[in-house]
Amino acid sequence: MPLITYREAIKQALDEEILRDENVCIMGEEVAEYNGAYKVTEGLWEKHGDKRLIDTPISEAAFSGLAIGASALGIRPVVELMFMSFSYVAIDQLFNNASFCRYMSGGLMNIPIVVRGPANGGTNVGATHSHTPENMVANHPGLKVVCPSNAYDAKGLMKAAIRDNDPVFVMENTLLYGEKWEVPEEDYIVELGVANILKEGTDLTIVSHGRCSMISLNAAKTLEEIHGVSVEVVDLRSIRPLDEETILNSVKKTHRALLVEENKPYCGVDAQISHIIQLKAFDYLDAPVHRVSAIDAPQIYAKELENWQIPNEERIIEMALKAMM
Amino acid sequence: MATTKKKIAVSAKKQAQSNTSMPGKSKNFATAPINESLSNKEKIDLYRTIVGIRRFEERSLRAYNQGKIGGFLHLYIGQESVAAGIVSLMGKDDHIITAYRDHGHALAVGMSMNECMAEMYGKHTGCSKGKGGSMHFFAPDKNYWGGHGIVAGQTPLGAGLAFALKYKGLKGCALTFLGDGAVNQGSFMETLNLASLWDIPVVFVIENNGYSMGTSLKRSSAAENLAHRAEGFDMEWEVCDGHDVYEVREVANRAMTRAREKHKPFLLEIRTYRYRGHSVADANHEKYRTKEEIEEYKRTKDPVNVIKRQLLDDGTLTEDEAKRIDQEKKDEAEASAKFAEDSPVAPRGEIQTDVYWEVDNDTEGNLKGRYFFND
Ligand SMILES: Cc1ncc(C[n+]2csc(CCOP(=O)(O)OP(=O)(O)O)c2C)c(N)n1
Ligand SMILES: [Mg+2]
Repeated sequence: MPLITYREAIKQALDEEILRDENVCIMGEEVAEYNGAYKVTEGLWEKHGDKRLIDTPISEAAFSGLAIGASALGIRPVVELMFMSFSYVAIDQLFNNASFCRYMSGGLMNIPIVVRGPANGGTNVGATHSHTPENMVANHPGLKVVCPSNAYDAKGLMKAAIRDNDPVFVMENTLLYGEKWEVPEEDYIVELGVANILKEGTDLTIVSHGRCSMISLNAAKTLEEIHGVSVEVVDLRSIRPLDEETILNSVKKTHRALLVEENKPYCGVDAQISHIIQLKAFDYLDAPVHRVSAIDAPQIYAKELENWQIPNEERIIEMALKAMM
Repeated sequence: MATTKKKIAVSAKKQAQSNTSMPGKSKNFATAPINESLSNKEKIDLYRTIVGIRRFEERSLRAYNQGKIGGFLHLYIGQESVAAGIVSLMGKDDHIITAYRDHGHALAVGMSMNECMAEMYGKHTGCSKGKGGSMHFFAPDKNYWGGHGIVAGQTPLGAGLAFALKYKGLKGCALTFLGDGAVNQGSFMETLNLASLWDIPVVFVIENNGYSMGTSLKRSSAAENLAHRAEGFDMEWEVCDGHDVYEVREVANRAMTRAREKHKPFLLEIRTYRYRGHSVADANHEKYRTKEEIEEYKRTKDPVNVIKRQLLDDGTLTEDEAKRIDQEKKDEAEASAKFAEDSPVAPRGEIQTDVYWEVDNDTEGNLKGRYFFND
């Protein structure tokens, strides 16, 4: 299988979906002529032209809302936000219109849009550009949200998202764009709501998503080699819908859970998962459910401090050992 | 005429299009009363500020390329005369707020190169303790309210500063800077209406450098005369050039005076140019504009050269003095890099300070065990 970058995988998904369905178009700031701020759409404008790749002014509320309206008539817009952080100026469109129009119309209005862009910290750009709002999105019934941790998932989830009939947010990660994984050449999708067991183990379950899954995987190797703890790593891939079954089966096997996410902890995704575990696997637990997340404060700019603020191997290992006590 | 005021849309548009190739000036702004009244020292200070910003930016670029500064670095090189000119008109009750291209405004209000450079290095001695970075400089003691990373996010805040001035009965105005790309954000257009509806003394300054990232003005705004939008809100507007600090002062002075005296908002569009990419990461900026376009601006409208020429010509400055000031600013910028390098990073405990006033101040609410933070 070819080894390609996360960026290339997303580009392939977009390219192939544009070719497959004449209604798929891509819209966002600098996506066409400039080739994308992070070069995810590089070459696509040249190949597919103005109709399919559309540069927008800096008007996130307007073009997000416009995409929602267009989708009602069968267009399948893929809206790129240069950063997911910029969804905040379009919240009414995304969190009211995209999420509730179907419901309020009694199921008459469908909104098959994709909203994609990087949602991560660790890049030393300060609080306004480092949001990880998957919990906020997931808090809005009607919206779906996925967080691919590798190139294979990024391509498969992107294609599934584009073909999905509901609004789907795809949370990417600028720190993963340049990383490589094996990705098959033939058409495939990764179904929304199916978690992936990155590594099997017997003593502790780590549940994570996005880039934190990869950090957790590395931490798991150290835990096994140095501390003799056999760790199972569950990569959620999809936050809503959520693969509850895979999480519970793993916890029932290992009897211990550590939840790792880059998001801020207060009302985070892992608060929800922790609730599900205590409710549905209470009798299987040998220890309280532990968490590692970003230190609870706006994202700090200073590099050394930000690298400590977001989960790293050191903090994961320390918390894993606590969960083993 | 280099400025247009209340022209009908068509002729105003013509004016806007002539921007890149301005014919020879018919008006000498140096003789406008607001500039004529400047002492030699004040004139030299304008030069000092403009050169200072240039040398600081050049030094920060070097630090970025050495990997000392992370994140984004949006340089103000090419636009120096805009911030320098307008800030030189600020009185004690005037306030200022801007976007992420904020270094020029910061230095112009008197922030030190040390605190600015240290902020970009992410050090504890930075103006925001290393918490904000390049895009988020703050100095409320100098009426400078940031440094904002979200495009147009600062514009309602600027109106808020002005609202507060009027509320308190102070005769000041709030200078609210934004870019030519930022005008297309809903928050800005909503703010224009509020400011006019409520007679708020805010002066919006669109620094029109022709591009928002890789998108030219033509490709982002339906009408090229941006200030003209004020008409729709029954607001005064004006368009002028930004490379001549005297012109900037002459036009801005009228807008600011009107705001202070009549509590009326004003929309000012200043044509300027950025020499570098959008941020340093925008390395291919010669793909969306030509090298000739950049060189032409540098050759004919460079803010440092324009003011220097004027001061040499009218005898305010000698070549030697100009060189000495330039060297002083280079040295100051160099020293700021050393200061930043030698400064410590804040301790980890600082991550969770400055979040809540109540927690920082150990109020009873905090002591009672109310839950503020996870962990
Ligand atoms: C809401 C939002 N959308 C997009 C961005 C990314 N972005 C930062 S600056 C910029 C271009 C702004 O151009 P302009 O307003 O002309 O200001 P200039 O950079 O030229 O000073 C863009 C798209 C952002 N910071 N915030
Ligand atoms: Mg601009």
